[in-house]
Amino acid sequence: MDYPTLETFLRIFSLQDHNTRIVLAGACAFGIAAGLIGAFLLLRKRSLLGDTLGHATLPGVAIGFLVAYAAGHDPRSFFPLALGATLSAVAGIGALALVRRFSRIKDDAALAIVLSVFFGFGIALLSAIQQLPGGFASGLEHLIYGSAATMTSADATFVIASSLGISLFCIALFKEFSLLCFDEAFARSSGWPATVLDILLMSLVVWATVAGIQTVGILLVVALLVIPPASARFWCDGMGPMAAVSAVSGGLSCLLGVFLSALFPKWPTGALIVLSAGSIFAASLVFGPTRGILIRSIRTRRAEKNLRREHLLRAVFECAELTEGSVPLADLLAKRPWTRQQMLAEIARLADRGLLTCPPGNDSVQFTATGLSEARRLVRNHRLWELYLIRHADVAPAHVDREADRIEHVLDRRIVEELEDILDQRSHERLVPSDPEKSQA
Amino acid sequence: MNWTALDTWIVIAGALTAMACAIPGVFLQLNKQSMLGDAISHAVLPGIAIAYLVSGSRDTLPMIGGALVAGVLTALLSGAVERLGRVEQGASLGVVFCVFFAAGLVLVRIAADHLDLDPSCVLFGSLELAVIESSGIPRVVWLSASTLALNALLATLFFKELRLSAFDTRFSESVGVPARLIRLGLTVLTSITAVMAFESVGSILVIAMLIVPGATALLLCRSVEGILLASLGFAALASLGGHLMAISALPALLSTMPGGIQIGSVNSAGMMATCSGLVFFTVLLATALRKPAVTTPQPGVP
Repeated sequence: MDYPTLETFLRIFSLQDHNTRIVLAGACAFGIAAGLIGAFLLLRKRSLLGDTLGHATLPGVAIGFLVAYAAGHDPRSFFPLALGATLSAVAGIGALALVRRFSRIKDDAALAIVLSVFFGFGIALLSAIQQLPGGFASGLEHLIYGSAATMTSADATFVIASSLGISLFCIALFKEFSLLCFDEAFARSSGWPATVLDILLMSLVVWATVAGIQTVGILLVVALLVIPPASARFWCDGMGPMAAVSAVSGGLSCLLGVFLSALFPKWPTGALIVLSAGSIFAASLVFGPTRGILIRSIRTRRAEKNLRREHLLRAVFECAELTEGSVPLADLLAKRPWTRQQMLAEIARLADRGLLTCPPGNDSVQFTATGLSEARRLVRNHRLWELYLIRHADVAPAHVDREADRIEHVLDRRIVEELEDILDQRSHERLVPSDPEKSQA
Repeated sequence: MNWTALDTWIVIAGALTAMACAIPGVFLQLNKQSMLGDAISHAVLPGIAIAYLVSGSRDTLPMIGGALVAGVLTALLSGAVERLGRVEQGASLGVVFCVFFAAGLVLVRIAADHLDLDPSCVLFGSLELAVIESSGIPRVVWLSASTLALNALLATLFFKELRLSAFDTRFSESVGVPARLIRLGLTVLTSITAVMAFESVGSILVIAMLIVPGATALLLCRSVEGILLASLGFAALASLGGHLMAISALPALLSTMPGGIQIGSVNSAGMMATCSGLVFFTVLLATALRKPAVTTPQPGVP
């Protein structure tokens, strides 16, 4: 393999090549638009719509070709092929809507049905075209499924204009599309024309697909509609930030891919763009700050640690209520399903934090002042919650302890105050320990 | 129209392949994994390219092996992405197969330095070529018949488990049926079926037959047994009807165009997919006309 020289590096990164500039502009514009619209598709669980529509254009393209041929025009001219592709993709959307309206078949199956049936018909028509005299068939595949590397400046103008149009539509209808994605039934019931919006969104996908297929190629259309939005999910929560991150990551993938392919001209540009997008996805999957694997496992571990601490404090408190003062280890072991080692480790951890003391040589533990007030707060939340469940949530008393166990760890001060208001506190003063902060004051 | 023994073999091979695909397809659809066939058809490319690079030859066996590994990996990896990253099923499948396909394209470029390899037709056989044999029963018929037998056997043996895990994963885990393992087995079986069929009859028939016959049956039947049996029937019907359309109806239609396009028969697998689609949409509209489109609960009826 030939490695690029420093000179090549400089030439490419200063954008001196006309071709690199065109491909870069076209691909990045498309990447941004596809990332934006793909975000809506992901939330509508229709990421693979671009895949289906991309395949569904084939029969239209073939029919456009055949009609132009029969009418005596050059069948390889742009207009009949693009028109055929658009009509065919629209027919695909119509077929999807038909399935959705008249059956209980799931969206993913509907996508697969339309994809395979349309593509199959397209393949049959292509096999007819191959039999035509004149050798048109050679290179037809390439004509139908263009590739990013061979983009001409006319192609680039077309794809940039389309991307701009698609992005403007997405931004103008941002609120409406978000509503459609999150709660279609609500959108419908509050008077929004949900069906029209749905059709509009899908039309934008058709536009992106048709504009993308002949310029950047079908692989890139599918990949850029799917991968950047999926990566963006790991970085943020809101719809707006997610769409923005998705668009940026789409553009960035194209930027990286085009530079890489300029450095290694033998490798296919489209594939390098997809691999860049894939690398960004892999990095997001692991390191993403809101949903990445790493942050989630850290959060889980922290929560588990917290849970163990609270369980032990409560156990000690409940034993101390009976025995007054120090609590023997045996009592604690009977209360929690932990081994002796686990119990001792947990006690040592709490002792380090100054919540418990364990007098040496003596198999028992005792609260410190802070430990006692912390434990009181926990037990108080737990019992308040139990009462609430029994009185107001119709949970059978036998199930209450376990239910309360799950939720008590997330009770914040405001909810506790609300619970106090709801429950007639005076009659339970003996059951619910008094608020440690109030008693200290 | 001129029907020969070859046409009979094409229909038989097509029908056997279609039925072999329909069986795992029904369960895939119930598991909401309908796009798996399409994904695998793209994702096998790197496996094939690596098999070429390693074996240095165009033999079929390493090719199928490579494709199989890549197909199974696609299913496993997309499942892992879905679970670990909590990415929606379709999106995780899309991410994985796009990346695989792109990696395949790069590998093909590398392999092209040593071997002549066309990314669009490395593994995609054709039904018409597969049945040409000097005498006796074509190899493709044996191959698809044994795939069908394997799938039918496994579906019968694990019917209860497959049905349970498709409908209620949690319940099925709680009564001791390892739903995740069953689903995994299903995707592996689908990969095997798909790759065997790609090599002999081409990918388009597989992608269509995994889903369309099952979906047609789903419109008409209520029980999983009924859906399975009906989907086998629709698969065979699509094969016969599709081939008839390929050798007579479509060429006749094209010749009526103003320019008078005269051609022989067209691609049979493509028309079989088309025919299955026509049957599906006919049944869809027929069932829709027979009953109201949206079934709203009747007021007052408990």
